[in-house]
Amino acid sequence: MTQSHLAPEVMARARDIVALYPHPRSALIPLCHLAQEQDGWLRPEAMAEIAELVGITPAEVLGTASFYDMLHTEEVGTYVVTLCTNIACMLRGAYELLHHAEESLGIRTGSTTADGVFTLEDAECLADCGRAPCLQVNHRFFGDVSPEGFDKIVDDLRAGRLADEVPHHGTLVRTERDGGLRVEAETITAERRATAAAMAERAATAAAASEAKANG
Amino acid sequence: MTVTDAPKIVTSRLGYDDSHTLERYLATGGYEGLRKALSMTPEDVAKEVDAVSLLGRGGAGFPAGRKWSMLRKAPTSYLVVNGDESEPATFKDHLLIERDPHQLVEGVVIACYALQVTTAFIYIRGEFALGLERVTAAVNDAYGHGAIGRDIFGSGFSIDIVVHPGAGAYICGEETALLESLEGKRGFPRIKPPYFPAAIGLYGEPTVVNNVETLSNLPWVLSNGSAAFTALGEGRSTGTRLFALAGHVKNPGVYEVEMVKTTFRDLIYAPVLGGGIPGGRELKAFIPGGASAPWFGPDQVELPLGQDEVGAAGSMLGSGSVVVMDDSTCVVRAAWRITRFFWRESCGQCTPCREGSGWLEKILRRIEDGEGRESDLELLMDISDNLAPGVSWPPQQTTICVLGSSIPSSIASAIRMFRDEFLLHIKDGSCPQGPAPHG
Ligand SMILES: Cc1cc2nc3c(=O)[nH]c(=O)nc-3n(C[C@H](O)[C@H](O)[C@H](O)COP(=O)(O)O)c2cc1C
Ligand code: SF4
Ligand code: FES
Repeated sequence: MTQSHLAPEVMARARDIVALYPHPRSALIPLCHLAQEQDGWLRPEAMAEIAELVGITPAEVLGTASFYDMLHTEEVGTYVVTLCTNIACMLRGAYELLHHAEESLGIRTGSTTADGVFTLEDAECLADCGRAPCLQVNHRFFGDVSPEGFDKIVDDLRAGRLADEVPHHGTLVRTERDGGLRVEAETITAERRATAAAMAERAATAAAASEAKANG
Repeated sequence: MTVTDAPKIVTSRLGYDDSHTLERYLATGGYEGLRKALSMTPEDVAKEVDAVSLLGRGGAGFPAGRKWSMLRKAPTSYLVVNGDESEPATFKDHLLIERDPHQLVEGVVIACYALQVTTAFIYIRGEFALGLERVTAAVNDAYGHGAIGRDIFGSGFSIDIVVHPGAGAYICGEETALLESLEGKRGFPRIKPPYFPAAIGLYGEPTVVNNVETLSNLPWVLSNGSAAFTALGEGRSTGTRLFALAGHVKNPGVYEVEMVKTTFRDLIYAPVLGGGIPGGRELKAFIPGGASAPWFGPDQVELPLGQDEVGAAGSMLGSGSVVVMDDSTCVVRAAWRITRFFWRESCGQCTPCREGSGWLEKILRRIEDGEGRESDLELLMDISDNLAPGVSWPPQQTTICVLGSSIPSSIASAIRMFRDEFLLHIKDGSCPQGPAPHG
């Protein structure tokens, strides 16, 4: 047997996730997040295994994943810095901050530093506009970011001082569901049938009562 | 300026650092609304919700009770929670998701009971890493507490809840795109009709889609009764609502205020709310309901925060975000940035939306860069007319979803209110506020 690309513990989590859904394909996005947690981006080998897990072709996985901004079909840096430049952040200096970030990191938006540590992206609204301008590093928020603040974040990340705040890749890296579904399909069917019957009976009683009233 | 002392319905726990934990939730009346609901018949719970005129907080403002009544009867049906929150300058669900996840979970279970659905999915935008952690932890704890799972609180009612992450796509907030995304596909909005997933939704089954804030109201409604809720607000706009205030204000943030009894002026200027515009500057314009909403000028600040009141004035409360622009703002740049957003987020299915957004973005950009032509204003309106014939309010639709027909809102507003400023860019060959940093 050839060894799978996804590590055994990732594979186990992936299977648990698939089991949560009535149709396996629904697990596609969460599984892509898991693969990014392992590799930093969506490697073709990972997409092939995800395809198998959810019962579609690798091309379908790529075709779907490429629709979503958070799923990287090309290699990215250890830290992906997404800086919001949408309206509320723009009004509070987001583009000035983006320029500073480009100069400070020595790269253009959309690229990765030569040492592979930082990827810089300009993002649409991150829903943290009360602390504009804001950014995320591997999907952890930083608000009210000044140019000096930006440099400090970069220094701290390089020095490992933000290891607690900013984990490795993967938005689900600290999300763990404990246990799967708890209710069997038969339980649900039986309960719903009983309730529907009771509801119908109440409706019939109410209708009969109102008819009796109307008749006199 | 008055700010009414209406109770906090959805933000009552936010003063606590541990507001997201089960312990704090139980110590502050948590899961009492659910216990109350389970002691009633499902019909009566639905009636109670119908009675409060709970207008959907996701953007369209459709009454929850009425939406629920349209759910097609079928053996399998779903509740899907819309926690995709990506409308520019909207950040209220973010707060509820991170800071009071149990309130959301309780609301979900109450809705499931009233609707007698079998499974609920909570779709949360992928960027909310902490939100996903918190809601998943709340779901785990709620299972442990017996509030989800088999035979909830001994009532004979059972459901499962699955927390599902998105992956970065604004369009997945549109409910049919959200369902496609939840099915593991690209987030392409579905062709209507059917207009509501209540007929054909997730996996083709009847589905109710509700917003995070909408459902977070339910525990309070059940605990305090519909009369207490309808005593707040006025007309159809009952209760309180969260407003995300951003842009040029002293205190940007999320505020829960009584509907209709509060005005835009209160929200922007009251010392306990927005605190006014910093630096002694004046209000130039504000966007009342997200990037899709037409703008208002200073003469409209006295408008009450009510759905019908704002609708009659030619805009919408939409997603509950208010963006304030002071007199230093270049409106061409603002309209350009909003249009750029739509261009980047268009799913590309419809030609007017996919192509039109790109053209509009380019034309606005060249005006901002001082390379515009006089005919550009007409051209902008002409392209807008292809997206939303007549460029009226509410917009006419030529596309599969309303993203396309929303694009002209900001452009038409900016040109209508600040035509001279556009012309000045064109005449002077530059932006009066200095060159825009490129993006
Ligand atoms: C382009 C577009 C984006 C939307 N984004 C969101 C969103 O992020 N969150 C949300 O709750 N509703 C969003 N909506 C509205 C939903 O389609 C839907 O009306 C709503 O989730 C229903 O819940 P409610 O009735 O409780 O408001 C969006 C609609 C459109 C057309
Ligand atoms: S209007 Fe735009 S976003 Fe909506 S379905 Fe059409 S192309 Fe996609
Ligand atoms: S506009 Fe930047 S986070 Fe919303």
